[in-house]
Amino acid sequence: MKSGVLRDRSGALLLVLPVIVFLAVFFLWPLWTMVTAAFVDDAVSKVLPRTASSIVSWDGQGVPSQATRKALVQDLSAASEEQALGEAVRRLNSAASGFRTLLGRTIPAVKAAPDPAQVDLAAVDPRWNDTRFWVALKEAMPPYTDRNILAALDLKRDASGIIVAEAADVSAHRLIMLRTLMVAAMVTVACAVIGFPYAMLAASLTGWKRSVLLLAVVLPLWTSLLVRTAAWFILLQNEGLINRALQAIGLIDSPLPLIFNRLGVVIAMTHVLLPFMVLPIYSVILGIPRNLMSAAQSMGAGPIRAFWRVLLPLSLPGLLSGSLLVFMVAIGYYITPALLGGANDQMISSVIAFYATGTANWGLAGALGLILLVVTTVLYAIYGRFSTSQQVPGA
Amino acid sequence: MFRALQATFGIAVVVFLLMPIFAILPLAFTSSVFLNYPIPAYSMRWMHELTTAEVWRTSILNSLIIGSGATVLATVLGTLASLGMRRGALPMAGLLRTMFLLPMVVPAVVLGVGMQIFLVRLGLASTYLGVIIAHAVLCIPFVIVSVSAALQGIDPTIERAASSLGARPVTVFRRVTLPLAIPGVVSGAIFAFATSLDEVVLTLFVAGPNQRTLARQMFSSIRENISPTVAAAALLLIVGTLCLGGLGALLRWRQGRKTAAAAA
Repeated sequence: MKSGVLRDRSGALLLVLPVIVFLAVFFLWPLWTMVTAAFVDDAVSKVLPRTASSIVSWDGQGVPSQATRKALVQDLSAASEEQALGEAVRRLNSAASGFRTLLGRTIPAVKAAPDPAQVDLAAVDPRWNDTRFWVALKEAMPPYTDRNILAALDLKRDASGIIVAEAADVSAHRLIMLRTLMVAAMVTVACAVIGFPYAMLAASLTGWKRSVLLLAVVLPLWTSLLVRTAAWFILLQNEGLINRALQAIGLIDSPLPLIFNRLGVVIAMTHVLLPFMVLPIYSVILGIPRNLMSAAQSMGAGPIRAFWRVLLPLSLPGLLSGSLLVFMVAIGYYITPALLGGANDQMISSVIAFYATGTANWGLAGALGLILLVVTTVLYAIYGRFSTSQQVPGA
Repeated sequence: MFRALQATFGIAVVVFLLMPIFAILPLAFTSSVFLNYPIPAYSMRWMHELTTAEVWRTSILNSLIIGSGATVLATVLGTLASLGMRRGALPMAGLLRTMFLLPMVVPAVVLGVGMQIFLVRLGLASTYLGVIIAHAVLCIPFVIVSVSAALQGIDPTIERAASSLGARPVTVFRRVTLPLAIPGVVSGAIFAFATSLDEVVLTLFVAGPNQRTLARQMFSSIRENISPTVAAAALLLIVGTLCLGGLGALLRWRQGRKTAAAAA
C-alpha cells in the first residue's frame, strides 16, 4: 500500500515537473533578473577589477596612492571588451560629468604607451588631479547599489552617504505612484458603485432578463482589450459619438474634453474591470438563502432595514474580493492609460516601460517594477486568504 | 417607481457595457479616412487594406504563428500539470497551484522588463521562440484552470469501475479519463490562443519588428495614426474570438450529448 502511494506521488511529480521547470526558468528567473538589475551595479568593477580592490583603502581625500593609479592604468590597458568598457564609461559619466572625455583621452594614451607601468595619469590629463573623478570611481566600485531603489522613491545619497530627498523637479516617482493609487481607487469605487447594485439586480431577476444582464458582463470579457480601448477612443473623442449626441440634444455647445485626460482613463478602465467586480458579488449573493430577507421582513424589518442589516453584510465578502481584484489589476494597467490618457495620467507601468524601452535604464525600471510587484503580491495574498475564507454563514 | 428605477439602471449599465463593442464594428466598413461617425458610405476599402497592406498582413500571420506556438506549448504543459495535481498526491499542492496562477497576477509590465533582460542574455530577444515562450507563460494559468475544472468533474467511480473490470491504469487513462477531459483541454487551448492573440505588453518588450503581432500593430496604430483599419482589425478579432468560443461551446454540447447517451 505504501509503495502505491509513493508511486502515485512520483508519477504526479513527473507530470507536474515540466511546468515547474518551465515557469521557474521563464517566469521566476526573469522576475529575479529584474530585481537584481535594480541592485547589481558591477559595470565598473567588472572592467576595472584591480582598481576596485586597490581604491577601497583610499580615504577620499586628494588623490589615491601611486599603487591605485598604477592599478587603474593596468586595468585600462587590459580592458579589451568594447561593450563592457562602454557600459563602464556610461556609468562613470552619469556619476561625474566629463568622465567620458577624460577616459576618451586616457584610454588611447594608455594603450599606445610602450610600457603601461610608466604612464603618469596626471600627465595624460590634468583632470586626474581632480578628487571629484576619483570619488566617482570609488563610489562606482561596490557591486551592489541601493541607488535605483532610492531613486524610485525620489531619494538619493548625498556626498556623505546620508539618504536625502531628491529635488522635487528632478524626479516625480512618488507623485506617479500616488496617481496610480488614486486612479486605481477611483476605478474601484466606480466599479463598486455600478457593480454592486447591478449584481444584486441580476441575482434578483430570473429567466431571460438575468441572462441578458449576465451576457452583458461576460461578452466584454471575451472581447479583446485592444478592441475595447479602440472603441472608447471612438466614443470619447471630441468628434465622437458621446459628444455628438450631447450636442445634438442641446445639452452642451462645445465638445466636452473626455479623452486624453483622467476622466477618459477612468471611464474606459471601469468598463474593462467591471466584470471582475460583478461576478464575485453575484456569486456571493446567489449563495445567500432567499428566505433570509423574508424572514427579516416577517420579524418587522422594513425593506431598507432588511437590506442594511441582512443582505448587505452577507454580500460584503463578494464586494471586498471584487474590490481587491479590481484594485490589484488596475494598479498594473498600462494599455488603457497609454492610449486614452494624457501626459498627466500615465501610471507607474508607463514609467517602467519608459525606462526599460525608452532609455534602457534597466536599473530604475527594475526598482520601480519591484515596488509594483511587491504591492501586487501583497494584495494577491490578502485576496487569496480572503476568497478561501469567504463562506457565507448558513449557506 | 422603484421598479422603473431598477429597469433604467439595468438598461443603462447594459448599454455602457455593450455600446463600445457595437460602436466600433460598423466603422470597419466606412469609406471615410477617419475612424469616426458618421459613415458617409459603406465600402470594403479598410478590410482590403487589412488583408493587403504589408504591415497588417504580416502582423496577422505573426499572431497566428505565435498564438499557435504558445497554445501548443501552454496546453501540453498545463494539461500535464493538471493531471499531476489531481487527487492531491503531491505535497504542497496549494503552493504549487498558487505559483501556477501567478503569471495571471503579476503586472505585465513587470514581467515584461524581466523577460526583456532575461531573453537578451539568452540571445532569444526579438525571436519567434522568445515571444512564444513569453506568451506561453501567460497562457499556462488559463489551461490549468480549465483542465483542472474538467478533471474535477470526472466521477472517480467511473475510473474505479474501469479498473475493477480489469483495465490497466494506462488503459483507464486512455479510454476513460482522457476522453472525459478533452473538452476541458480544448477550452483551455481556446483560452490560451485568445490570451496570446490579445497580448500587447509583453510583446512590446520582447518582440522585434519582425514579430509584430496584430494586437501590437493595433496598439501602435491607435497611438500614432489611427485609421479605420483598426476597426477592421477589431472586427477580425471579434469574429475570430466568436468562432473560437462557438467551437468550444459546440464541443461541450457534443460531449454533453455523448455522456447523456452513455448514461441512458
